[in-house]
Amino acid sequence: MLNCSGPIPCDSSFAPPEPDSSRNRCRPPVHGVGETLFPDHPETSPGRAHTPLMHTDIQLDERGQLRHFLSIERLPRELLVAILDNAERFTVVGERAVKKVPLARGKTVVNLFFEPSTRTRTTFELAAKRLSADVMNLNIEASATRKGESLADTLRTLEAMNTDMFVVRHQDSGAPEFIARQVAPEVSVINAGDGRHAHPTQAMLDMFTIRRHKPAFETLTVAIVGDIAHSRVARSEIHALKTLGVPEVRVVGPKTLLPVGLEALGVSVHHDLDEGIAGADVIIMLRLQQERMQSALLPSGHEYFHTYGLTPARLKRAARDAIVMHPGPINRGVEIDSAVADGSQSVILQQVTHGIAVRMAVMSMVLGSHASGS
Amino acid sequence: MKIRLRGGRLIDPAAGTDAIADLWIDGDRIAGVGRKPNGFGAPAREIDARERVVCPGFIEIGARLREPGAEHKASIASELVAAAAGGFTTVCCTPDTSPVIDTPAVVELINQRARGVRGARVRALGALTHGLGGEVLAEMHALKAIGCVGVTNAGRAIRDTNVLKNALAYASTLGLTVFLDAEDPWLGAQGVMHEGARSTRTGLPGIPGAAELIGLARDLVLVAETGARAHFRTLSCAGSVKYIRDARKAGLAVSADVGIAHLHLTDADVAAHDAACHVRPPLRDTRDRDALRRALARGHLDMLSAHHEPHDADAKAAPFAASAAGISGLDSFLPLMLELVEAGAIELGRAIAACALAPARLLGLESGTLAVGAVADVTVFDPRHDWTLDATTMRSRGHNSPYFGQRLRGRVTQTLVGGRLVHDLDG
Amino acid sequence: MSDTTQHADLDVEALIEEIATRLARHIESHGLKDPALIGIRTGGVWLAARLRERLGIDTPMGELNIAFYRDDFSRIGMHPTVEPSALPFDIDGRDLVLVDDILYTGRTIRAAMNEIFDYGRPRTITLVVLVDRSGRELPIDANIYGARITLAPDEHVKLLGPDPLRLEFCATRT
Repeated sequence: MLNCSGPIPCDSSFAPPEPDSSRNRCRPPVHGVGETLFPDHPETSPGRAHTPLMHTDIQLDERGQLRHFLSIERLPRELLVAILDNAERFTVVGERAVKKVPLARGKTVVNLFFEPSTRTRTTFELAAKRLSADVMNLNIEASATRKGESLADTLRTLEAMNTDMFVVRHQDSGAPEFIARQVAPEVSVINAGDGRHAHPTQAMLDMFTIRRHKPAFETLTVAIVGDIAHSRVARSEIHALKTLGVPEVRVVGPKTLLPVGLEALGVSVHHDLDEGIAGADVIIMLRLQQERMQSALLPSGHEYFHTYGLTPARLKRAARDAIVMHPGPINRGVEIDSAVADGSQSVILQQVTHGIAVRMAVMSMVLGSHASGS
Repeated sequence: MKIRLRGGRLIDPAAGTDAIADLWIDGDRIAGVGRKPNGFGAPAREIDARERVVCPGFIEIGARLREPGAEHKASIASELVAAAAGGFTTVCCTPDTSPVIDTPAVVELINQRARGVRGARVRALGALTHGLGGEVLAEMHALKAIGCVGVTNAGRAIRDTNVLKNALAYASTLGLTVFLDAEDPWLGAQGVMHEGARSTRTGLPGIPGAAELIGLARDLVLVAETGARAHFRTLSCAGSVKYIRDARKAGLAVSADVGIAHLHLTDADVAAHDAACHVRPPLRDTRDRDALRRALARGHLDMLSAHHEPHDADAKAAPFAASAAGISGLDSFLPLMLELVEAGAIELGRAIAACALAPARLLGLESGTLAVGAVADVTVFDPRHDWTLDATTMRSRGHNSPYFGQRLRGRVTQTLVGGRLVHDLDG
Repeated sequence: MSDTTQHADLDVEALIEEIATRLARHIESHGLKDPALIGIRTGGVWLAARLRERLGIDTPMGELNIAFYRDDFSRIGMHPTVEPSALPFDIDGRDLVLVDDILYTGRTIRAAMNEIFDYGRPRTITLVVLVDRSGRELPIDANIYGARITLAPDEHVKLLGPDPLRLEFCATRT
């Protein structure tokens, strides 16, 4: 008689397999006594490796050209160098009387911003206009599209307008890739920042700025300081620096602002600012959002500045010719002292200037990938 | 009806049977194993089970059937048919419907919707607190009286420890099993995937393993305090196994299950922000997955669940964090179970015990075995049948599966519920 | 100089000498004041450098990379990177001498003129090419050329250099 009498013990007639056998996926089937009852028919057996979705990188086309620009991760070094080289050529355009080239004439670019951003949107807009594209800005309130349905609907509507490129900023990590998988094959997507995941054009303009000052990536020590946990910029920068061959990338911050498993990205983790920036050639300061204090990650901006703020005195610990960067907007007196932000080692304003050329380079490469063939 | 299942490989974990033999069914009961029982007469139907496995029907101990309230995702009828096609003879549905299963009327509605459906049976889990609000106790006596096989808050946190303690004590008074989802409501509150190096890479907010361990530890202390009988749903962490083992050593009436997806997939499958792999508790790392496999094989975790959560297409057509959590698990359950067997992770008999015998005992059902006299809830499957999970083969209305579009091996050919043939691939 | 040369025996040095002489005469007869040379990358830059030296022009030389102005971008895509354009003098009101190695369809010259006008408004542009080959698709002609040759559409000529400069002929015929 069956009754409910507590937990079910392992039935003794079914001996447990050896420990760790689950790791060995190639082991022959263990069917106990039934093993010989149903001999396998190898000629009819398919591969058993039914993994979920094949996660192919949709950023590159079959010729290795950039079709979308979503994340630095997994992109080859040559491609990053090509972006930087192309950006060099576009900086010249910005210095001319007519700051415009006809590369993207007749193309339609839609800036699709689900999260407010003036700086990034403006530089993308200017970059598209300098390539002679037609640009439309769409700022969509996050609340209106919290549901995926409306995002899919929004896309369908915009696609019906024969858009050639979407520049997407979204509060959800992975949203630009989701969009890239939805759109028609002739449409490209550029990630202008998604959640905490990636901000690849910002990372590339920072690489451009670094290369202008320190051309040999292979010899550099770079320190990224601050709120890595919530920073898409930091993640993309780490991938870019590692791909470009920077031997030493350090991240510096309190444990509450450093996500778990950072070492897996190939960086060294430091909690002491003086130690973290010692001898560094490049120091990248990250913005600290006010919300971090409200969510009990930090006690106060004042205490943060005291422990992790970059001051002229502390900057002396870095290499004598170190450059100081910041993706902006800056919180003076929280993550950086004004004397450093405005000082001779700061390249913060150059970053903004370079942003346009780098985005022109990425946009033209992505648009060019749709060429019918050479 | 008198049925003969001829020449199958009979596996009955309750009796330790694994042999080629006939199975004889008379009416809604199993009449004989092996030789034809005396006075059986001529069977009205003979099912050829040669080259197939005959075993007790699977029991899903916590599916979301979406009805009433979310019929655009699935219905009781659609999912009970899918369950039968997947080899399940009984499905327990969770009370997080709209309205919530916290009154006998909703249970009656569910039973009425299931009536006449040619599929698995449905058994309702009632609400632990009123409206699943976590504040006021549900009328558990009434729910038990109408046939609820247990009570649960279906993943909605009960933040107030005192309410949980009282709920456990009250359920214990009535002899009702409480189904618990161990998760601290604050750690990983915004999280959508396992917290680790991979969540750092994807930029998706993480749910640390600590959230499950803290939730589990709190709940176990209260289970010990109240003497309640508790079942933990879909544990996901290696560390949870030890907590369950220790609790049992201390004599607590505690059992636990693991979702089939958690034995196959890991956080690596979330790497490309694939919403099909968005599930709660989250897919954890390889170490956790391997520990869960071992724990199931050794019986430290009792049960294997499909953790069935069907969704409409729109619910998954969104960026990962904005997509709905859940995998439609009934259709792919058997092939995934057999893959574990083939990989040497678990014995076939033990796997069948984990999804048939163990849940039957937990729920107090007279099925889960092929013993003579037991209810004839029987599943017949072809372990070598290769097929593709797609819109034409998938019976669940929710197509949200990471395996959608893929070749699978092993398929249920017949399912009998109470001696009635409700699924027949040959027919 | 002949209108249709038997091209196998084209001597680049002699052609440069020829166009230098004609350019000097042209500058004088047209009253070009302080003209600036602009070479189109890469062959045109080599030639412009030689002409500037030969004519003793003080104004620094300009270099054009017309990749951003090509009309085949939507067919071919981005070109592999070379040096960017550099026009280190004021364009407005200036007499320009645009130098290229081969004049073929005329599309490169159109692109080059478009780019020049994005830098400013020159007074005049004189086009000088080493070889004017058949196959024009746009109404563009050289003011001064070294040789004019007739080639089939599947025949190509290209300037190799910079030292020594020589012409290479090839056919894509299969």
